[in-house]
Amino acid sequence: MLELKNITKTFNKGTITEKHALNGVNLTLEDGDFVTVIGGNGAGKSTTLNAIAGVWPVDTGSIIIDGQDVTGLPDFKRASLIGRVFQDPMTGTAATMQIDENLALAARRGKKRGLKWEVTAKEREFYREKLKLLDLGLDQRLSAKVGLLSGGQRQALTLLMATLVKPKVLLLDEHTAALDPKTAEKVLNATDRIVAEGHLTTLMVTHNMRDAIEHGNRLIMMNEGKVVVDVKGEEKKQLTVEKLLQLFEKASGSEFANDQALLG
Amino acid sequence: MGAYLSSLSFVDLAGRLPAAAAQGLFWGIMALGVYITFRILDIADLTVDGTFATGGAVSAVMIMKGVNPWVTVLVALVAGLAAGFVTGFLHTKFGIPAILAGILTQYALYSINLAIMDFKANTAVSSATPNLVMTGLNVNQSLLVCFILAAVIIAIMYWFFGTELGSALRATGANQEMSKAQGINVNRMKVVGLAISNGLVAVAGALSTQYSGFADVNAGRGSIVIGLAAVIIGEVVGEAIFGKKLNFAGHLIFVVVGAIIYYLVYTLILWLQMNPNLMKLFTAIIVALFLAVPYLRSKSKNSFAKAGKQSKKEA
Ligand SMILES: Nc1ncnc2c1ncn2[C@@H]1O[C@H](COP(=O)(O)OP(=O)(O)OP(=O)(O)O)[C@@H](O)[C@H]1O
Ligand SMILES: [Mg+2]
Repeated sequence: MLELKNITKTFNKGTITEKHALNGVNLTLEDGDFVTVIGGNGAGKSTTLNAIAGVWPVDTGSIIIDGQDVTGLPDFKRASLIGRVFQDPMTGTAATMQIDENLALAARRGKKRGLKWEVTAKEREFYREKLKLLDLGLDQRLSAKVGLLSGGQRQALTLLMATLVKPKVLLLDEHTAALDPKTAEKVLNATDRIVAEGHLTTLMVTHNMRDAIEHGNRLIMMNEGKVVVDVKGEEKKQLTVEKLLQLFEKASGSEFANDQALLG
Repeated sequence: MGAYLSSLSFVDLAGRLPAAAAQGLFWGIMALGVYITFRILDIADLTVDGTFATGGAVSAVMIMKGVNPWVTVLVALVAGLAAGFVTGFLHTKFGIPAILAGILTQYALYSINLAIMDFKANTAVSSATPNLVMTGLNVNQSLLVCFILAAVIIAIMYWFFGTELGSALRATGANQEMSKAQGINVNRMKVVGLAISNGLVAVAGALSTQYSGFADVNAGRGSIVIGLAAVIIGEVVGEAIFGKKLNFAGHLIFVVVGAIIYYLVYTLILWLQMNPNLMKLFTAIIVALFLAVPYLRSKSKNSFAKAGKQSKKEA
């Protein structure tokens, strides 16, 4: 479903701030794989997701989604294949537009936008049903401006928007990191439900090792721009935080330098 | 003082009001164009100072060649669309900051506008021309025609920004990151928005020329500020009356209302026999003040000075 072949990316090439962010990322996701991604700060997790989304072109390697080589396409041309939820709740929605308008924009991802009226009554009914499932009271507030919503509500809405048109790959970059624990839990539950229902191929970055272990069917760990640990199947089910730390030390030859992850 | 007061005639003021309203209406159409870039796309586009004159020049020259005045307004529209397209192209294809791209196009338009008028600084339109869309000789009829035009333009804008394409344009102004993630070509949307905006401004320029009876290469100088003033005055008044209930159609209507208020005040200042040359100063001050208000308000809620005082009080 998703294939990354030897992806490299260097930022600010030839300057003193040169940074080799990705040093040959290889990764193949099967249809319906729900992969959690962990790694220290600057390991290249967000950069990998940005490479897949096409925020900028990669230096070398190829990105294949659903059999289609998208390496040469800018982000908005790949958007039909990809659903994204960002770390910052502000990023994924348009604050000055209504809830139903945001959803209507998402419902047309990858489709031609013409001079048809955007939000029809039938659509609103459909959105209302979808919002009810989130259980955040948003189904009563279709005409409210998104700027009035809490961070958690906005993330849940972004998640819904990302999956309204079934994406070939769903990219979640620490999408609960900015939320309080209770809200984070709610959004994570919604994530599990939506991914399972849609059988969605998913990459979820998290700083919380426990979340990484509890969710998904596969876990990868990144370090210095590479995938250094890849656990799936039975092994993933048996995984513990201690075991994960051991795996990391073995793979990288250093201790996992991230208190945040340990605390999680 | 007594002589000054007795020289002021209310009958005279009342007589001037319809003309002020008519002027406000076609400047309102101009301001609707500014609204698209300034409020919807979140771009300060300075092309308009050139485009306003372009609309006037195109209309005047064609009318003098015997073309139907209504047709010349349509041609002005197309010329404005083209000017906006150029700014959008410079901005999105060459990465020139929007404000600079607008200044460049505006600068180039000065020469182009002169060329349109055969390298004369102005061109007169005979008020005897039949079928003028509006003319200062018949204020009441001009008022009616311009009112209908403004209403039609507001209706079309309301419809357009409710369509899939128009929503994508609004989304581009609201959040580019999100728009791209939803597959919207934000660069194309910016070009479309700039083009439509300048199209409307050129239409207003054409109407202004027909109303005043001449086109001038300097007609658009400072028009961006008048457009901004109209947008801002309209917002303040609209929100004062309707509060948060002011919907999109309401915002558009109040942009035009803002322009009318602006010209009523302008007329009042003329009537008070103040120097009209000071109007630009007043306008700039008003626009600066209203642009500053939201910032100052948020700062007063959240200022270091306040935090410092609070801290001293507690200590
Ligand atoms: N647009 C950019 N320009 C310059 N450097 C960048 C850019 N994006 C990422 N980097 C650098 O690339 C490296 C990898 O960053 P990345 O954001 O992928 O890390 P991460 O694994 O997501 O870390 P975190 O857990 O802190 O989010 C970092 O050193 C970062 O500073
Ligand atoms: Mg990151």
